Amino acid sequence: MAFVSSGYNPDKPMENRISDIGPRDFNEFLPPVIKNNYGKWLYHEILEPGVLVHVAESGDEVYTVRCGTARLMSITLIREMCEVADKHCDGYLRFTTRNNVEFMTDSKDKMIALKDDLLSRKFDGGSYKFPVGGTGAGISNIVHTQGWVHCHTPATDASGTVKVIMDDLFDEFTGHNMPAPVRIAVACCLNMCGACHCSDIAVVGIHRKPPIIDHEYLDNLCEIPLAVASCPTGAVRPSKVEIDGKQFKTVAIKEERCMFCGNCYTMCPSLPLSDKEGDGIALMVGGKVSNRISMPKFSKVVVAFIPNEPPRWPTLTKTIRNIVEVYKADANKYERLGDWAERIGWERFFEKTGIEFTPHLIDDFRDPAYYTWRQSTQFKF
Amino acid sequence: MAKHKTPLLDQLESGPWPSFVSDVKQEAEVRAKNEKDVNYQIPVEVCEDLLGVLELSYTDGETHWKHGGIVGVFGYGGGVIGRYCDQPEMFPGVAHFHTVRVAQPTAKYYTTDFLRQIVDIWDMRGSGLTNMHGSTGDIVFLGTTTPQLEEIFYELTHEADVDLGGSGSNLRTPAACLGMSRCEYACYDAQALCYDMTMEFQDELHRPAFPYKFKFKFDACPNSCVCALARSDFSVVGIWKDEIRIDQEAVAAYVGGEFAPNAGAHSGRDWGKFDIQKEVVDLCPGKCIKYADGKLEINDKECMHCMHCINTMPRALMIGNDRGASILCGAKAPILDGPQLSSLLIPFIKVEEPFTEVKDVVENIWDWWMEEGKNRERLGETMRRMGFQKLLEVTNVKADPRHVQEPRHNPYIFWKADEVDGPWERDVNEYRKRHQR
Repeated sequence: MAFVSSGYNPDKPMENRISDIGPRDFNEFLPPVIKNNYGKWLYHEILEPGVLVHVAESGDEVYTVRCGTARLMSITLIREMCEVADKHCDGYLRFTTRNNVEFMTDSKDKMIALKDDLLSRKFDGGSYKFPVGGTGAGISNIVHTQGWVHCHTPATDASGTVKVIMDDLFDEFTGHNMPAPVRIAVACCLNMCGACHCSDIAVVGIHRKPPIIDHEYLDNLCEIPLAVASCPTGAVRPSKVEIDGKQFKTVAIKEERCMFCGNCYTMCPSLPLSDKEGDGIALMVGGKVSNRISMPKFSKVVVAFIPNEPPRWPTLTKTIRNIVEVYKADANKYERLGDWAERIGWERFFEKTGIEFTPHLIDDFRDPAYYTWRQSTQFKF
Repeated sequence: MAKHKTPLLDQLESGPWPSFVSDVKQEAEVRAKNEKDVNYQIPVEVCEDLLGVLELSYTDGETHWKHGGIVGVFGYGGGVIGRYCDQPEMFPGVAHFHTVRVAQPTAKYYTTDFLRQIVDIWDMRGSGLTNMHGSTGDIVFLGTTTPQLEEIFYELTHEADVDLGGSGSNLRTPAACLGMSRCEYACYDAQALCYDMTMEFQDELHRPAFPYKFKFKFDACPNSCVCALARSDFSVVGIWKDEIRIDQEAVAAYVGGEFAPNAGAHSGRDWGKFDIQKEVVDLCPGKCIKYADGKLEINDKECMHCMHCINTMPRALMIGNDRGASILCGAKAPILDGPQLSSLLIPFIKVEEPFTEVKDVVENIWDWWMEEGKNRERLGETMRRMGFQKLLEVTNVKADPRHVQEPRHNPYIFWKADEVDGPWERDVNEYRKRHQR
């Protein structure tokens, strides 16, 4: 493993330096049929789950096959995608915001050969490399974060939870059986890198125990005023402790004020809060971003805590499956999960899903909390 | 023979959904064999050790990645995320495991030539593992060592002609939906605007000068496929102002059952015959659609631009011709003051090259936020703290009923001196001439 220089000279970092060139211009990467009909599309149809045709004013058609991916992928898999794209799609492909890969062709026959090829490819362990689906009134691929694979603040894993949820809901990814699209997201802590706060179903990793204070190291590793200022509830204050006759500048935490957001840990590595029993998942439902029919809305917490049960999180998958099944059976056509819950009323949501309503589900965080309480005798028994 | 036993992760190889465990194992094997004779610049066992440390997390129920670390490339304040394992002796291959964010082409179209070029760099100088893509949109290269960072940057810029993305208190890599490239709903060229603004603000993207992160997202229509108004500080959402175009023959084809409603999105279930009254007219939030005597009429003045009728009958209804975008500001995830959606600032703006009008709005917002924003305060939080009126003031936007869901519930109005007639400062002695103590 001898070091191979790229040409970069560490003694003269500015020599031949190229910077601020940004991304490649997307126009270089558009397939010809896309480039030729840019801005001139007439309509589209979903021919079957995962397969779309877009028709242009010119009469040109582009057939798209959408495949789910794990998002975390190897370059060996990317090279295989390139091989597929070279074979069927003249060397073009694209990815979607929801971690799908899309292969496009300009005729129906080519699309059928492409789809068959994609579905024939499996990993050694038996799972599909390129499951086709994720369109229309189905469950699309999950937007998610890093989890235990690569992050320092997670309260759960992301890749693993996504895998087990999608395994369980696979038929809904490859089908169009829902009343409306169902968008699921996983965030492994409250930072929500994926900003999943407006998803039909949001899986959010949460901590439940206050930070551990590493008194002997804190003052060396953290700016105490920043750690104090980081706490949204004012639970952190400067303090001193004596350990083995030695004085240390540190912080103290008013535990009853801690809401376990982890923001202090983000600012100060000497305040870790992860814990096997303390950490787990809050399940939120009923958010949406689209402006269709009703306005965008936040997801709401309906299960305050589900324990981490790696590797296959059975309680989590069972809870989600139950919500999906009840929604599927009860909602009207075009009705998103949140719209359905509002129409039937949240009291009915808990009744129909059998989920227990607990005090944890009543908001007590700042002003917006009040607006979620019921100031009316309009409710259902 | 695998370096570490991974009985828990092995259980994630079964089931139909693509298994990341199988994929990482596949990469580990490719690296171990090294049939292409790659001169690996980081430990060959990096993938094995990643599985090992992940297995340990599955056992412990806790992460094994340390808190941050300042690493990067010369002259940039972002684009690389430092990451170190907290059990480096057990897993030396991932002792350093830094992330490199690479700027993705807008709407994520690729040629296989380009993809091969960048993965070849990552093969030799990184773990061979990626995210396609990160939540904000970047190509994410997962796991390399500190000495490789400048080398990777040099090869990306010199050979692949591509730059790093954003991280830290910077402009983050902007993202757009696929817009006009493959969608009939696009009200403006989201890709062109996204690319243009990404290039315009490269300095803001690479050198931290903001109170906190700042995200642009561009949706070309109110369906919001990149979720701009939930996920970006500056959300540009396409909209039209005039009439929805109607093809009455195609409406009849939907009613007659020749065309599947909603482009076939509900094909998996028998929802019965398409009922235009129930499925379109009754669901319209503006209550502005009428269907009588085989003719569809829309009172466009009352249209809420929700897209439902267009989505349901895409061959019969088309967006209007007077197109542009709405600009909304301040969305963010829950940390710290709870989640926020973007709030409407500009109901309609024309989006035409060179996009000066849109850029002016951004620059006015930045001037204000950089002056007033506290450390680690997102724009949405500054807006809440300082008031929406302040945002109107700094962007020179006139107040409009569209800015609110309803007017305020209290008369605690912060009147300013110049809004009130007569002198603002008053003399108590003059007052006492009229009123005894």
